[in-house]
Amino acid sequence: MLRWGFTFLLLTLVPQAGAQTSGTQSLVGRRAPEFVRRDLTGHNLDLARLHGKVVLLNFWATWCTPCQVEMPMFAHWQKQYGPQQLAVIGISMDDDSEPVRRMIHAQRIDYPVAMGDATLGQRYGGVLGLPLTLLIDRNGIVRAKFQGETDPDKIEASLRSLLATH
Amino acid sequence: MRIRSIATMGSVAVITFVLIQSPARAQSALPLAATTIPSTQLIQPEELKTMLNSTRGVQPLILQVGSRIMFDQAHIPNSEYAGPGSREDGLSLLRNRVKTLAKSRFIVLYCGCCPWNRCPNVGGAYKTLNDLGFTNVKVLYIADNFGNDWVSKGYPVAH
Repeated sequence: MLRWGFTFLLLTLVPQAGAQTSGTQSLVGRRAPEFVRRDLTGHNLDLARLHGKVVLLNFWATWCTPCQVEMPMFAHWQKQYGPQQLAVIGISMDDDSEPVRRMIHAQRIDYPVAMGDATLGQRYGGVLGLPLTLLIDRNGIVRAKFQGETDPDKIEASLRSLLATH
Repeated sequence: MRIRSIATMGSVAVITFVLIQSPARAQSALPLAATTIPSTQLIQPEELKTMLNSTRGVQPLILQVGSRIMFDQAHIPNSEYAGPGSREDGLSLLRNRVKTLAKSRFIVLYCGCCPWNRCPNVGGAYKTLNDLGFTNVKVLYIADNFGNDWVSKGYPVAH
């Protein structure tokens, strides 16, 4: 009996351990971890101050090719959906800021971009694959996660759905 | 349709950026694709995990040749950060790390920043060790990224 009880305990614990390591997936439906960073133009970037807006939070890096394809699209969405209270934020997971500055200049990215670090990555469940884009609703809850190369239409459909909700 | 054209323009901009961003890189080779690594030199995550758990055989020296931020968040236990293989300063760090090792030393390289065919780091790192004469180098085949193909599978991780 005791052996069966132990086996049952193991069977119930193992999937939970797996779920804990699934990282950012567990963020969906939860409040986005707040952070304050200084962006590359020197302005404060405080996630808490964006409540009331829909936030597209994009983790990227200069060495991530799919990330760079997405960025001009996000800049376009910022212009298109800005009047509906969209805020696009880029967090670079590069080790140095210089190539990041060069890239956002070359790509004419005009939404706020700040440097990330391991601490911020871990607060978001481990940013261990790029690109990673989270959509956060007007109440600060993560509603969608897109990792890796993603069909832009899928991201935009989720975004529009969130923007339509007040 | 418009989004597609923006994405296409983005691709062109990316290629242009990569070509112009670093004069040093433009003079040397661009980051080598992971797909240039012979398939015989790849090791699968499950195989490496089993090897790490084993008390038999020679344990490899495991070198992460990707981003420092990624390494600091999570890495394979006892692995070492050896610099990004897509950059000359990273490859220099790698050369420095292996300079005193026997050429027959069993080394496993890994990155996991991006899907395999997009990884800019492992190809250059593998070629560097190959050019230096190392004869027992394997590269961890990470199909998607380190989070999905190692951490989420419950394989051992250090922080």
